[in-house]
Amino acid sequence: MEKSRGGFLRLRGLIRKESREIVRDPSSILISVLLPLLLLFLYGYGVSLDINHLSIGLVLEDTSPDAISFTKALTDSPYLEVKIARDRREMERKILEGSIRGFVVVPSYFSQFRYREDVIAPLQVIADGSEPNTANFVLNYTEGAFQNWLTQEAISSDLRGFPLVQISPRYWYNEELKSRFFLLSGALAIIMTLIGTLLTGLVVAREWERGTMESLLATPVTRLELILGKVIPYFVLGMLSMVLCVVISVFVFSLPLRGSLFYLFGVAAIFLFAALSIGLFISTFAKNQVIASQIAIIVGFMPAYILSGFLFEILSMPLPIRLLTYLMPARYFVQSLQTLFLVGNVHELLLQNVLYMLFFGLFFFSLTYINTKKRLV
Amino acid sequence: MIKALIIKELLAVLRDKKSRISILIPPLVQLAIFAFAATLDVKNVPIGVLNRDSGKEAFELVQRFRGSPFFNRIVHLRGVEEIVPFIENQKGVMVVSIDEEFSRRLNRSQPAIVQLILDGRKSNTAQIVAGYTSQIVRQFNVDYKIPEQNAALISRNWFNPNLIYVWYNIPCLVAVLSMLTCLVVTTQSVARERELGTFDQLLVSPLLPWQIVLGKIIPGIIVGMVEGTIMLLFGIFLFQVPFTGSFLYFFISLLIFVSAMSGVGLFISSLSRTQQQAMLGTFVFMMPAVLLSGFATPIENMPKILQPVTYLIPLRYMLVISKGLFLKQIPLSLVLERLGPLIVIGIVNIVGATLFFKRRME
Repeated sequence: MEKSRGGFLRLRGLIRKESREIVRDPSSILISVLLPLLLLFLYGYGVSLDINHLSIGLVLEDTSPDAISFTKALTDSPYLEVKIARDRREMERKILEGSIRGFVVVPSYFSQFRYREDVIAPLQVIADGSEPNTANFVLNYTEGAFQNWLTQEAISSDLRGFPLVQISPRYWYNEELKSRFFLLSGALAIIMTLIGTLLTGLVVAREWERGTMESLLATPVTRLELILGKVIPYFVLGMLSMVLCVVISVFVFSLPLRGSLFYLFGVAAIFLFAALSIGLFISTFAKNQVIASQIAIIVGFMPAYILSGFLFEILSMPLPIRLLTYLMPARYFVQSLQTLFLVGNVHELLLQNVLYMLFFGLFFFSLTYINTKKRLV
Repeated sequence: MIKALIIKELLAVLRDKKSRISILIPPLVQLAIFAFAATLDVKNVPIGVLNRDSGKEAFELVQRFRGSPFFNRIVHLRGVEEIVPFIENQKGVMVVSIDEEFSRRLNRSQPAIVQLILDGRKSNTAQIVAGYTSQIVRQFNVDYKIPEQNAALISRNWFNPNLIYVWYNIPCLVAVLSMLTCLVVTTQSVARERELGTFDQLLVSPLLPWQIVLGKIIPGIIVGMVEGTIMLLFGIFLFQVPFTGSFLYFFISLLIFVSAMSGVGLFISSLSRTQQQAMLGTFVFMMPAVLLSGFATPIENMPKILQPVTYLIPLRYMLVISKGLFLKQIPLSLVLERLGPLIVIGIVNIVGATLFFKRRME
């Protein structure tokens, strides 16, 4: 009884010491308040994968009624901003400097060929392949406009060649296809990783670097108390940051929250535990601020950014990297967040993700625990 | 004397094994992982098919999905009630739903509708998958009934005919990662001296402020150039990305870019007191700089009000130059157009940092 009370007092002392260090150092406030605000602003407002105004060119070598009606179908597309020219060379210059992402050519023989039986009238689309994703959209959108045009032509000429099978796509959970809805979840994962792994990593590495960790170990503080004393203040800081982020995402960027708040913060707490354990492990291992931060960037930040699947599709990655993503707690966190915000409480998926994150947290926490002991001997 | 300072700074960076490793290895690891992982390509996605039609037309359409290289696995759903859990648990990005009327309507030459249910949590992937599907369906239409429309859309991609994503990634990463290394080296050097207290010794030495500044930025420039060159070689020889432009323009641009970046780095470190603050400062600068540079998402997608801000970001210009020289063989005039703003940004930062050191000395 007496012993556990002493432990509690020591732990409280450590937490107080650590909290003071957080409050005193402007850089931790910078990373837990200012950076989240900046990132949320950028992901919620700035960065977007929604292509609404794709600039393309149209070269009209033919000005027959057919060509004009096709032009209309192209300019009517809400996704395309069409610049019209008569000469191909003009467009070649523009695609080189990047002011258009592709262009469509209606060749001079287009309408002639259209009424001949032996040849097919070609329309040429040229996309700027130096931006592969945008090039895909250039092809998709011009294709869509072309199909619309064909359908309209078919209707006006008594259903000649009317496409029989049509597709009707429905996008669930995000009907308006706002990319910020899923980018914001990724931003939350990045922020939590930064606080958990990078900040904690730096702080503990600093104690080792300055030798104050050795002095702490010489006091009656037990290993567990020492680690908890480091973890708890940053855990609180991270959770406060999470609350701030959720409030801004929901109220400023109107991100729907379809799952329950309880699950949301439960998942965040477990992820934060995993991220903190990894941060602690790195710093105990590296014992040097510069190296700790480099490792934290490689194993913490980079995966949160690239391998978590919030921006880049995991399924499309090569197999070794796809396997690597299973080792990244951020992957499970991003999937849980996207699901909780956009879909709701999908128990099967959430449970699976929580178990993985919990496993990583416990694994690295125990490793840190063992590693801290070794220094004493 | 300035030569001695530069040598000292270079030694400070490269002296011990740990810091040599921490400067050289991470960018290469990042290059390798980034190059393969950071892809907006969509392929190998599993999809679900709910085919309630027993006719051969529907079977034929499903077979076409099976044959497509974009979808690696096709899960057959048994009923409408299986759609929700399939999409919810992300077993696949899309469910293709064919109703029982499909073949009958086609045989009567009536239009038949195939419904696609897509996971909006991944709106980019979902849209591209929908695009692939429409290609498959279009081909199906063409083969099913001889087209009387007599017009076709023929597409070609310039500069990167097969839309290989690595061809886009590598030129971008060369710029992003040489920026990162250069920033880390420059910011750490001043911050470390301030934390150790040796910065004051430097200030009382007979060196002039501009000489100190030069001594501090040149190692960053050298490391950034070396890193950029290594990655250029990796890109060309390992990843087989074609380099169509002029190497001379590339190195001139890289030099101006890393000089501007080390100016920025110096500016950050003049604001921070400890190494930790410098590291976090670098981070806070890096995040928006990379996000708004047009690397991950195109600048034209950003809101109109935000687009002018991107003109302040050095990386924006270097990305265009690097991509242009790798893939598009851009002429000197286009390179120079981008270098102008870079030079201005570099000068502003270096002069700003010099003024800061000058004030500290007086």
